[in-house]
Amino acid sequence: MGKEKLSFKQVHDSSSAKTTLCWFFLVVTCIKVLLFPSYRSTDFEVHRNWLALTHSLPLSQWYFDETSPWTLDYPPFFAYFERFLSVFAHIVDPQIVHLKEGLNYSSDKVVYFQRVTVILSDLSLLYGVYRLTRKLDSRKQKLVWTLVIWSPMLLIVDHVHFQYNGFLIGILLISLSFLEEGMDLLGGFVFAVLLCFKHLFAVAAPVYFVYLLRHYCWGGIVRGFSRLLIMGSLVVAVFASAFGPFFHLGQIQQVIQRLFPFGRGLCHAYWAPNFWVFYIMLDKGLAFILRKIGFNIQAPAASFTAGLVGDSSPFSVLPRITPSVTFIMVLLALSPCLFKAWKNPRPQMITRWISYAYTCGFLFGWHVHEKASLHFVIPLAFVAAQTPEDAKHYFLLSIVSCYSLFPLLFEAQEYPIKVLLLLLHFILMWSGFSAQFSDKAETRATTAHTTKKGDQFGSKGSLSADVKNNGFAIGLIESVYLAGLVVVEIWGQFLHPLLFGDKLAFLPLMLISVYCALGIMYSWIWQLRSIVKSH
Amino acid sequence: MGNKTKKNTTTTTTTYDDNNNTWHWILQKGTPTTFTTIALFAILIRFLVSLYPYSGFKTPPKFGDFEAQRHWMEITINLPIREWYRNGTNNDLSYWGLDYPPLTAYQSWIHGVFLRFFHPPSVSLFTSRGHESYLGKQLMRWTVISSDALIFFPAVLYFIIIHYNQPSRSRKTDLAWHITLLLLNPCLILIDHGHFQYNCISLGFTVAAVAAILSGKDLVGSVLYCLALNHKQMSLYFAPAFFSHLLGKCLRREHPVLEVSKLGFVVLGTFAAVWWPYLYSTQSFLEVIARLAPFERGIFEDYVANFWCATSILIKWKRLFATGPLKLLSFSLTIISCFPSMVQQIKSPSNKGFLYGLLNSSLAFYLFSFQVHEKSILLPLLPATMLAMEEPFIFRWFMQFAMFSMFPLMCRDGLIAPYFALFVLFILVLNTPDQNKIKENNYFYSYLGSTTRRLILFFSLILHIVYLTMQPPKKYPFLFEAIIMNLCFSQFVIVTLGCNIKQWMLNKNVKLDEIEKKLI
Repeated sequence: MGKEKLSFKQVHDSSSAKTTLCWFFLVVTCIKVLLFPSYRSTDFEVHRNWLALTHSLPLSQWYFDETSPWTLDYPPFFAYFERFLSVFAHIVDPQIVHLKEGLNYSSDKVVYFQRVTVILSDLSLLYGVYRLTRKLDSRKQKLVWTLVIWSPMLLIVDHVHFQYNGFLIGILLISLSFLEEGMDLLGGFVFAVLLCFKHLFAVAAPVYFVYLLRHYCWGGIVRGFSRLLIMGSLVVAVFASAFGPFFHLGQIQQVIQRLFPFGRGLCHAYWAPNFWVFYIMLDKGLAFILRKIGFNIQAPAASFTAGLVGDSSPFSVLPRITPSVTFIMVLLALSPCLFKAWKNPRPQMITRWISYAYTCGFLFGWHVHEKASLHFVIPLAFVAAQTPEDAKHYFLLSIVSCYSLFPLLFEAQEYPIKVLLLLLHFILMWSGFSAQFSDKAETRATTAHTTKKGDQFGSKGSLSADVKNNGFAIGLIESVYLAGLVVVEIWGQFLHPLLFGDKLAFLPLMLISVYCALGIMYSWIWQLRSIVKSH
Repeated sequence: MGNKTKKNTTTTTTTYDDNNNTWHWILQKGTPTTFTTIALFAILIRFLVSLYPYSGFKTPPKFGDFEAQRHWMEITINLPIREWYRNGTNNDLSYWGLDYPPLTAYQSWIHGVFLRFFHPPSVSLFTSRGHESYLGKQLMRWTVISSDALIFFPAVLYFIIIHYNQPSRSRKTDLAWHITLLLLNPCLILIDHGHFQYNCISLGFTVAAVAAILSGKDLVGSVLYCLALNHKQMSLYFAPAFFSHLLGKCLRREHPVLEVSKLGFVVLGTFAAVWWPYLYSTQSFLEVIARLAPFERGIFEDYVANFWCATSILIKWKRLFATGPLKLLSFSLTIISCFPSMVQQIKSPSNKGFLYGLLNSSLAFYLFSFQVHEKSILLPLLPATMLAMEEPFIFRWFMQFAMFSMFPLMCRDGLIAPYFALFVLFILVLNTPDQNKIKENNYFYSYLGSTTRRLILFFSLILHIVYLTMQPPKKYPFLFEAIIMNLCFSQFVIVTLGCNIKQWMLNKNVKLDEIEKKLI
């Protein structure tokens, strides 16, 4: 047992921090294992199909195969990853990797196997979290671990719904940790690798580009150029190792087409809570009012989700939105952050900037999934414990974005699970932030700051904020907004079916989208403000 | 240039928390928040386990405990109360006839009404036999979880408040840890929410009864214990402890006879209230009694880590003896084995001694009484969990082998994944980082020695793997089960001996304390 030895060692050395982190991870692993038989979405079959097609087909056909409707639409590294997993899948049960017989295969073996691969791939998240938090004091560490390792969003999306977000975000976190430590070359390299796993992470590429250019490559023509060359060749090498084989086969066009299916609509089937929800609502509202006044407004023939079918616009009054419009909107929203990164490329701001970039992508992007909110909620957790303002913002954001994932799990069986996960997250966050910013913690923080001048996060602004603010409390508007979430949920679950029955079934979902979009918009504005105001 | 300068300034933080509490942030808000957090987590775990199949899932014609409970709901909501325990055209007692006391029947009725409201086909008379559906499963799972949350959880809170109301036990971490152990008992969760039973109700009443008696409210405690007894007759395992502790207490008061008769009156009153519908004639009363004592089912069922099953390898009890003498034998062995602990409590009743008494008497029943299930290990586990702070080693050791003794059952029910997940979770809770370790004061801990302990643990791990992966030889199809049960039995015997000696040592400690006080 060896417990008696541990009891005498009450020193917080790094090895004990590692043990604690593993403890956090193992606890949540138990929960992940318990989630094995829960509901799984079609994404499960998508990934099973990818296992099958990478295993049974030669590389040249990976991006052409159409045996299943779930064709491969992730970049090559992810395909290689699936190829790697398929080796073990074949050992476990050959039917998993059979292209035709494996279709919609759902025995316990395949479920357990794929669920286990998600759990194991989460080790990259564990490593990323470890790298990013190893310099924090033990109290903040535990808070961040609670927010990230025990994130209800990751559990819902990865371990119930089924995806590999923990793995991918883990890679992002590793890259961020390199940047924060000043190892820019490695940071850039890992980010390039991440892009070859999932291209949707490219939204943050402009920030990476500007930051690395200014922070790594700037300073003297010779040194600058040589560094630019090193970084450039490294990135090119990564992309070459991913796309090279397909380039060699002359399939690059097909791969690109698969990766960027602009044939899809502006919104996903369930509207992600972003800016376009308001746009659509405004359009509907205007059309309604104009019709009342007497204008002849025709109902749109196309839908927002079905894509660019023909030339008809899904909007009745407002101008239609094309992918290029969303692209420009994202860049515009990003520009203040890019400007800041150009002016003063500070490593301690990089996590905020990257998170902000993903927020912009989420709000203004084309065909955004509600799951994409993970891309900024998880990285923001690492800065949430810095000041009470950060904590307040994160508290609201993580609850809203977790709630916005609720429609993903629509079966009765998972209902109590998702509610309990959110409630636990709420309580843990509340107690954690309260303890962090209580008076005692404050004095501790101030003494810590004074004893170690130039602490990695000890900007003067945060220090004064620590002293000024008395503890952690959320404002009236925020509380009312959060209480509103409960009302929205009660409406959708109980009152709506009671009053309308099966009619207007889209209404509760729309309500969730619109209501959560408010919170995400608030978070975007808050982040924008804090970035603009930072020095 | 920035990347180099930063490296030098970052120093590794070596903050020493004065009070060494990782969990300060959960605990600082006070017991209610701590309890709510842990309770929510415990409920989450229960919901997660209930995703898995139940006993008898898709195995006609008899199915399993799930079908039994569902069938009782069907019977109780469709038949008049007097026919519940009587064989008739509408009530075939050979198909999962009601064989628990009336409180279980009332509970089935309430849950049956609940099921009928949401999903009538799942409890309709006759047609619902072997009913299995998505909604039906959800609703049944909800009934267990709600009973757990409404009875067991408040009882634990009550116990914790009483138990930690003494100035010597004011450490918040201990309190939180103890709540977690009580609410996250892996065996209880697996049996109630995986296998499907309602042990949480009778165990909840028992916990509340213990808490009431610890706080001096003996009458309330007796009523609560009678309720536990009337929900599951297995609660009888605790009867010697309750009886001896209360008797010992009464004897020390001014009017022992009056006190005892007060308790007797309360007990009889509670029983009368619960049994009221069956008291109209002696025959109906005996009918119910006959249902509660299924002696025809043999001395043990399947594979139980008790004396009868473990020794049956050498002595074929079932073949050698008729039921009559076996009954007598097991009864006398049980009484003999719980006798020392009873005597101790009558001689010098104390709160701590009471908890030990509960553990010892329930262990004696588990090891020697008639017709024991592997699930009955839950009963001795309960007082062991209540003693977890005093006896960390005994508790840990006991829980590990209690889990192991249920492993074959879990395999049959298809609950292997939750078994291991909850086992690991339990070990993680035990090894919570920065949790102040209590000094081991049980000499069995040192007696066993770390090498022996590790060897036994290693052996049990190997047995897990062997049981999962290997086929037993054809000649001995139950070889592995027998080995598992004998290993668990031997450990239970050690635990029993250790706890009995510990209970008797309590007297010495009191005397030592008195001597010390006098010296000061």
